[in-house]
Formats: sequence, C-alpha cells, structure tokens
Amino acid sequence: MSEAVAAIIPHNADEDWKLPSRGIVGMACLILAEASIFIIFVVAYIFYLGKSITGPTPHEVLTLPILTSICLLSSSATVHFAVSALHAGKQSMCSLWLALTVLLGGIFLAGTAQEWYHLIYHDGLTIRTNLFGTTFYSLVGLHASHVIVGLFMLALALVFSLRGDLTSRHTERLEVLSLYWHFVDAVWVIVFLVVYVLGR
Amino acid sequence: MATQSPVTAVLDKTQASQPPRLFLATLHEWVTTVDHKKIGLMYIGYALFFLVVAGFEAILMRIQLAIPNNTFVSPQAFNRLFTMHGTTMVFFVGMPILFGFGNYLVPLMIGARDMAFPRLNAFSFWVSAFGGSLLYFSYLGGDGLYGAGSAPDVGWFAYAPLTARVFSPGHSTDYWTLAVLLSGIGNIGTALNIVATTICMRCPGMKLNRMPLLVWLYLVTSMMVFVAVSPLTAAQIMLLLDRYLGSHFFDTQAGGSAVLWMHFFWIFGHPEVYILVLPAFAFANEIIPVFSRKAIFGYPAMVAASVGIGFISLSVWAHHMFTVGMGAGANTFFTLSTMVIAVPTGIKIFNWLATLWGGKIRYTVAMMFSVGFLFQFLIAGLTGIMLSASPFDWQLGNSYFVVAHFHYVLVGAILFMIFAAFYYWYPKMTGHMLDEKLGKWHFWLFLIGFHLTFDFMHIPGILGMPRRIYTYEADRGWMLLNMITSSGAFFQAIATLLFVYNMVWSYFKGPIAGADPWDAWTLEWSTVSPPPAYNFATIPTVESRRPLWDLKHPEDPDTRYE
Repeated sequence: MSEAVAAIIPHNADEDWKLPSRGIVGMACLILAEASIFIIFVVAYIFYLGKSITGPTPHEVLTLPILTSICLLSSSATVHFAVSALHAGKQSMCSLWLALTVLLGGIFLAGTAQEWYHLIYHDGLTIRTNLFGTTFYSLVGLHASHVIVGLFMLALALVFSLRGDLTSRHTERLEVLSLYWHFVDAVWVIVFLVVYVLGR
Repeated sequence: MATQSPVTAVLDKTQASQPPRLFLATLHEWVTTVDHKKIGLMYIGYALFFLVVAGFEAILMRIQLAIPNNTFVSPQAFNRLFTMHGTTMVFFVGMPILFGFGNYLVPLMIGARDMAFPRLNAFSFWVSAFGGSLLYFSYLGGDGLYGAGSAPDVGWFAYAPLTARVFSPGHSTDYWTLAVLLSGIGNIGTALNIVATTICMRCPGMKLNRMPLLVWLYLVTSMMVFVAVSPLTAAQIMLLLDRYLGSHFFDTQAGGSAVLWMHFFWIFGHPEVYILVLPAFAFANEIIPVFSRKAIFGYPAMVAASVGIGFISLSVWAHHMFTVGMGAGANTFFTLSTMVIAVPTGIKIFNWLATLWGGKIRYTVAMMFSVGFLFQFLIAGLTGIMLSASPFDWQLGNSYFVVAHFHYVLVGAILFMIFAAFYYWYPKMTGHMLDEKLGKWHFWLFLIGFHLTFDFMHIPGILGMPRRIYTYEADRGWMLLNMITSSGAFFQAIATLLFVYNMVWSYFKGPIAGADPWDAWTLEWSTVSPPPAYNFATIPTVESRRPLWDLKHPEDPDTRYE
C-alpha cells in the first residue's frame, strides 16, 4: 500500500468544453428502447398474418383511417412550430400551436376509440377472438397508449404555457417532448403500413 | 472550496468525524437518497443478499442430485428451485451487481458529480428491488393462500406453452412475469442514465478516446440493454395479455406459436450473456493493468472489440434453438455468427495477455481472481465454440454439458471478476482494505470448488445426463461424477460465506485504505475514500488516459505519447 499522493489536477478554465444536452440524449435512448418494443409487436403481427383459424379477417373488418392519420401526422408539424415559437419568445403563438397539437392528437384518439367500438360491438372482434384480434389490439393499443401519454404531457405543457410559466428558457424541455411526439408519429407510419395496407 | 488555488482534490487520509446518527435518520437517508454512490451500494447489497439466497437454492439442488433416487426434495420443489435459482441469478444478482458497480464507478471515473438523472436512478433501483421482493413473495404466498399460487416452476426461460393457464394454474407464472418485467424497466432506466451520464457529464478534457475502458464497456452494455431487454419487456407484456385477457400469442390451440416465444426470449437471452460479461471485461481492463504496472495494451482494439461483440451478439440468439428444428439455412447462419464472436473475444484475451507480458505483476487477491478469470473464460469460450457447431449441439443440447458451459461463463468468468472488483474497489467504497489473507483463502477455496463442480459436470452431460431432472437411476454411471460435483458446490458456498464475513469484518477492523491504496491511475482514486457526496471538490481536467499517472510522474506524463 503506497502513501497517498497529493493529487493536484491542473484546471484549465478557458478550455472550450461543450457536451450534448442530457434531455435529448436521454430521450434518444428512451426512443431506442421503445422502438425495440414496437419492433417485437410488429414482428408478432407480421408473423401471425393470415394464420387465424377463425374469422373475422382484417380484409372483412378494417377500414383505412385516412382522416385521423392525417390529423396525427400533421400534429408533428404543429408541435414543431410550437417549439420554434417558444424559441423565438412568442409565448401566445406557442400556446396556440400546442392547443392545435392536442386537438389533432385528440381527434386521432377519438378515431381509434370509434374504430375499436365498431370492431367490438358490430364485428365481434375482441382480443380473444383470434390471432388477428390478439395482434391487432396489442399493436394498435400499444401505440394508442403512447398517444395518451404524449397527449397528457402536451396538455400539461399547454397549461403551463397558458399560465405563462413556459418561457424561452424551457425551449429545450419542450423540444425533448416534441422528440417523443415525432417518434409516436413515426411509429404510426409503420403501424399504418403494416396493419392497414400490408395486412389487408 | 475556500481556497482559490487551482487545486481540485486534495487527498487526505483523515476521516471527518461525524456525530453518531439515529437508526431511523440513517434509514431515512438511505431510502430517500439520490446519490449515485449510495444507490450503487444498495444495488450491490441487495444483489449480495440474493446471491446467498440463490446459492442456497443451488446447494439444495446439488444435495438432491448427489446420490441416485434421492428424495430430499419433491419433483415439484426441484422445478421451483431451478426456476428461482436461474431467474434470481440473472435478474437479481448479475444485473444489479454489475449496474451497482456501474452506478458507483462511472460518474467517479469520468469526473462527474452525479449521474445525469439522479431521481430516475433512485426510481430504477427501487423498481428493480421491488421486482426481486415480488418474486420471492411468491414463496410466502404458499399454495393457494389468497389464490396467490406459489413459486414459479416454469424455468427461467418460461417456454410456451408451459406458461399457459392450463399448464400453469394459479399465479406463480404471473409472479415471475411481473418480477422480470419490473426488473427490466429498472434496467432500461439505469442504462439510459449511464448513457446520458457518459455522453453529457464528462469532465473537461475527457474525450471519448480518453475515457477509461470501464466506462466504454458500460456504454456498450447500456446500449445493448435498450435493444435486448426491451424485447423481453415486450414478450412479458404479451405473456401477461395471454394469461389475463385471453389473447393467443403463445396459445398453440388457437394457431399461436411456442417457437415465437423462444425467439423473443432468446433475442433477449443471448445478448444478456454479453450484457453480463462486458462489465466483467470492464473490471479486468482496470485491474490487470494496475497490478501489472503497465498501461492496457491496445486500447483502440479493446474498444473496437467491445463494440463488435455488442453488434454480433444481437445476431446469435437462435443457437439456443438448434434442437428445435429451424432448418439448415438458419442453423448454418447461427452457427457461423456464433463462431464469429470468438474473434473480438480472442482480441481481448490476447490484449490482456500482452498487458501482463513483461509487467511487474503484483499478486493481490484482486489480481489472482483476474488471472483465474483469464484461464476460465478461455475454457468457457472453447466449449462455447463446441456447442455452436449445430451437429455437436444436436448431441448435447439440453444435457449437463450445456449447464457446465454456461456456468463456466457465469461463475468462472463473471463471478470471478465480480469478486476481483470487490477486492479492488472495496477500499474506495468503505475506506477500509479487505483482508488479503482471508481473501486468499476465499480465492483458493472457491477456485477448487469451482473446478470440482463445473469441470466434472461436463462428463455426465457427454454420457447423456439431461438437464432439469430431479433424480436418476443408479445404473447410469453418473453417480460418482454427481457426487464430486455436489461436493464442489459446498466448497464454493463456504468460500462465499468467508467472503461475506471478510467484508463485514473489514468494514469495522480493516486497515484504513487512504485515497489511492493500489497506486492506480483513474480519477476515482483522486478523491478521498469513501468519496464525499459531491465526489470532487473541483471538477478535474484530464489530458490523457491515465490522469493520476500524469500527476505522479510529471517527468514522464502520458500526454507526451498522445
């Protein structure tokens, strides 16, 4: 065991040392992990395509949710405008764009609710009916649960913004939230293609 | 800091005397802490607790198998024992102990004051710890108390359709699923934290190519957690849906597939081996150079090999399924991809040997465990290559040969390096040295026990003894071999208890360690032992891979060679 040496580490104060933001890196990691979860559900969906022993089949019951998809995808743009507005210091514009984002996301969610209501009570398709029901409700439901979480956070940001607590100092935080929302939208593109285009 | 001098950390040996604290106040402090060091120690503490529990389960199994036609435990109890032993060792010993060290060391080694998200860190720990408690609560539930079912008996792999409601009534499988799900959420949170800390919290001058190899390996491990543990979480959600909502993911009666569960499970399960072994490599990367008095040989090659292992390990999962009947194409692909992993692993072994070559080797207990690791990991890798050849695997799949192989990796490589890490970093964590004499007893007893158990376990496997059987007939010729295997388990148990005793004794009576007892080179040794809550009085600046070497040897700093 050696004697402890007095460690004197020279500190160079004027060295330029910039590192990425914690929030963005953390969200990127979360998105990577979430993407892996979605991939497993998508793989299960594709694996069980056409393997249901009983009906109903996707072709019989699914209709393309064009309108609600347009709403969800355009909300990606509105949340981006909200971040830009906040960055520029235009708080009321930020509130407006956030409100529009929440509205568009809400329309999408209402569309999913209506679709599920129709499938369950008119077509008799539940999660226990067949493999299509199993994989459909779990994949679309996983996405819908992410939409709910995102909407909750966006609504919270909207409340803060309306109260005037959201200022340009918080741009980065809103950007982290918008990253999550973009991810939810990107997943919907995959789900839409796999479930409604390829699966039908 | 009161002084304005450019001094960052002064190594003093004096321990600040603190007034005695009430028990409740101390408990409250630990439960509510967000300090990465305390969370790291809690991870390590609860992992050690479960190590003893799961080791006890292993001993019970070895007593049952020591002689033929034994009735020490019932077949049902035996199934529960191996399920709980495997699940506990992987999820509640291996992962938490390695993440515990990561939690403790990563911020110290990169010169940061804490993790990037301290509260997420505490959340991840408590979620994981709750998962472990939940798993063992199933034992307390007993058969049918409040409909609680009892300990899971489906194996740690929980193959479908064993886990279906018909084959697994009660709630034992639900306990297993929820416990593993919770530990997975905790692991993903911790991994996220480690990545964000490593990327965003490095002290000035700590460029990526100056990071200690330990930090690099934890970065790779954490990235693997995102792409390996998340699929397991997804599969657990599917299993819960199957069991609670009546969906048909793994229900073969409704067209579902049992093989799909195997794929999903092993997409997690194989990378998991590397998630566990990469931190063990990380410890070797720090310990071997310090006790050889040489800088690690081939730093860039070590980093590249680690990243390579991370990538390749994602494409080898189906070598667990050669005996399922996947077809020649899949078997060939997974045979080759498994064999390719030997290349980066070989690079690592040669680099460690080159580090030892010509070094002034000090055989401390930490170094002895590291050298044992080198040999045993080599043998584990060789039997791994044997098993990766699918025709050979068809003969030995699900035999004791496989059990011997993976225990060679998990105990012979990973647990040996965990022990080495304890002997190396215990002085930093507690301020006291572990007793070297007791440590040598621990090492030799454990080494003998390990080889008695797992060397001899290969042979009954070759002779045809299957895994997971609770007893066997006397005329098979496995009797003596099983007896030797079981006796080795007792050596390991005694050695582990000796180690636990050593830790408790040294905490109170061990010699004071000082800040830098091993004359080491990385930043954690520049602060006092144990480090204060804020780690460093002033955030250090580094100019090479071995900042403390530069300080101690200003005439020959590493910076000259960069």
